[in-house]
Amino acid sequence: MSSLNKVVKELVILSGKGGTGKTSITAALVHLASQSPTKSIFVDADVDAANLALVTSAEHLEQHDFISSKLAQIDPERCNLCNECYEVCRYDAIELPTEANPTYRVIDLLCDGCVSCVYSCPQSAIKMIDQQDGVWFFSSSPYGPLFHAELFPAAENSGKLVTLIRQRTKQFAENNGGHPLIIIDGPPGIGCPVIASSTGVDLALLVAEPGLSGSHDLRRVVQTLEHFQIPQVICINKANLYKKGVEEIKYFAEENNIQIIGELPFDTSIPKAMVQSKPVTVFSPNSPASNEIKKLWEKLQKILFD
Amino acid sequence: MKIAIASGKGGTGKTMVATSMAAALAPIHNIQMLDCDVEAPNAHLFLNPTINEIKPASINIPTIDYEQCILCGQCVDICEFNALALLGDKIEVFEQLCHGCGSCSIHCPVNAITETPRKIGELKFGTFNKNRPFLFGELTISEPMSTPIIRQLKSNMKDDVEVTILDSPPGASCSVVATLHDADYVILVTEPTPFGLHDLKQMIGVISETGSLAGVIINRDGIGDSAVEDFLSKNGYPILMKIPYQENIAEGLASGKLLIDIIPEFEDAFLNLYEMIKEQIHEEIYH
Amino acid sequence: MIIVISSLGKTLESPPNPRFGRTEFFIKYNSEDNTWEALENPAVTQRGGAGIAASQFLVNHNISAAISGHFGPNAYSALNSAKIKMFTFQNNYETVSDVIQAYEQNSLEEA
Repeated sequence: MSSLNKVVKELVILSGKGGTGKTSITAALVHLASQSPTKSIFVDADVDAANLALVTSAEHLEQHDFISSKLAQIDPERCNLCNECYEVCRYDAIELPTEANPTYRVIDLLCDGCVSCVYSCPQSAIKMIDQQDGVWFFSSSPYGPLFHAELFPAAENSGKLVTLIRQRTKQFAENNGGHPLIIIDGPPGIGCPVIASSTGVDLALLVAEPGLSGSHDLRRVVQTLEHFQIPQVICINKANLYKKGVEEIKYFAEENNIQIIGELPFDTSIPKAMVQSKPVTVFSPNSPASNEIKKLWEKLQKILFD
Repeated sequence: MKIAIASGKGGTGKTMVATSMAAALAPIHNIQMLDCDVEAPNAHLFLNPTINEIKPASINIPTIDYEQCILCGQCVDICEFNALALLGDKIEVFEQLCHGCGSCSIHCPVNAITETPRKIGELKFGTFNKNRPFLFGELTISEPMSTPIIRQLKSNMKDDVEVTILDSPPGASCSVVATLHDADYVILVTEPTPFGLHDLKQMIGVISETGSLAGVIINRDGIGDSAVEDFLSKNGYPILMKIPYQENIAEGLASGKLLIDIIPEFEDAFLNLYEMIKEQIHEEIYH
Repeated sequence: MIIVISSLGKTLESPPNPRFGRTEFFIKYNSEDNTWEALENPAVTQRGGAGIAASQFLVNHNISAAISGHFGPNAYSALNSAKIKMFTFQNNYETVSDVIQAYEQNSLEEA
């Protein structure tokens, strides 16, 4: 087997609930990876709220347009006001003529990009227009190369954008070598972009926050990953804030046969590092959180490569 | 009147604000609460509604009637989402890709396509604070599309209330737009950190598309820097409220307590905030 | 018998592409007379359902077998319905011709 075909492993960081510390932990792992033989390429898959580049001082090397969705557009010159488009649209995306504006119009925000109106129009007055939904970047950082993206506000297809940057990352890893691991900072929730950022990965690290909401959302993300047969491990964050919640997570993990491989205390060095735009392991290498993340990184490497 | 609570970044305290505002208003005002974060719905954990009706949330997927079908393939060409394929003597339907737009059935030349609902989640209806309506949706595990559930949830909203509070999903994309495109006012919740600022800017981009009025609540005040406040004063968005970072708040929320129960002063603060928002909406209408 | 192999390039010497739905090219190979041609995959730019669109494209080309690194669930189901056989290769082939050779020696795994 040539070195080109060396297997590159993928690790995704998820949580279900937002704000549990995914990005801060990812940034620290990426820094630790850069100091170890397990060099990584990293991906920010939270394209709605992409923050990994901020905390790794990344500099753009390449920028590409992400053109994905199509929206309908009505030519008022051709439109004969027959109302067919309004009848077929299931997204309330056709605005009726008013005195002030006597034409039919498409409300871009509500258009789903199906072509029902296009086919319904007897005047062929409706066309689909390609839309740019965002941009994606290839960047360099002190901790390794980074692929990330920004979905435009109110745009669609975040899942597609995640799939695209993951593919580019994999191609880069396969063509360049020297990076045995891809670390993916995932989005919150359990829907389309979460599925897109976790399909086919080797391991998911779930950052769980103790508490009612944290436990509830953890359960949903665990079930989602189980459905797609993705191996998972848990790291508890802000563990000292609510002891009872920690017990609940441990009980849940045992019941579902998921290993807990880290327990981070709430540590003000994490928000402070974020404000300084540095990984916590760089900003405060011997803080309680940093020490725990170092142990976490050792365990992750064992699970992924042993 | 509809007031939506949103944030670009997850975990900034949307649900904390939405539930405390709902609980503060409910005894005096005729309100209803909608949790539109159907991927990770949490508001019910804090407001403990009594649920008395559960309905399936579904999208309509095509079924082919082979008595009528002439295998012309028009439906395959029409489908923008590749949910249909003509394979041998069969039209295969790929359910998870179907958006339920109906293009295939509406435009089938021989009317061979009917639509059948496919369940992708649940809508749950109940009440909190004795009789205030509480509605939330829940996406079925492994289903990708949350937006249709949000749309169906909103179509079940009651009209005869004074105010509706909508707890939005995080982010700045389609599911967020589906939640707040028709809101009269959007409360953006953020934290005073570079992440908070970056994601707040994304949300302001959404607001400028939807054209809603908006103001900002700064949560975990004190953990970061002043960049968020500087940005807001420069761009003319009001700071509606600041919620300090305190360990007893974090602990209380984790155990399922409302902010107004942890720090009772916030009850008046939310009532005043509501009056202020109401005034601003009226001014906007009659201006 | 006509088979296709997902490929990164337009020749028999191109590296095979482990991706099926979004592969840039397919090499269509006729084992009866050893002729071949490169097909551009129209599904590569699709927004969603690329596996299905690619399968539909190949069904229209009357092939008997498809060879790739991995078939997603939708592509698998579509090709299966169309009675097209699927074979997979591991990362150990340098070129499309190597894959064809392996196929002819029956050393590929049926998916």
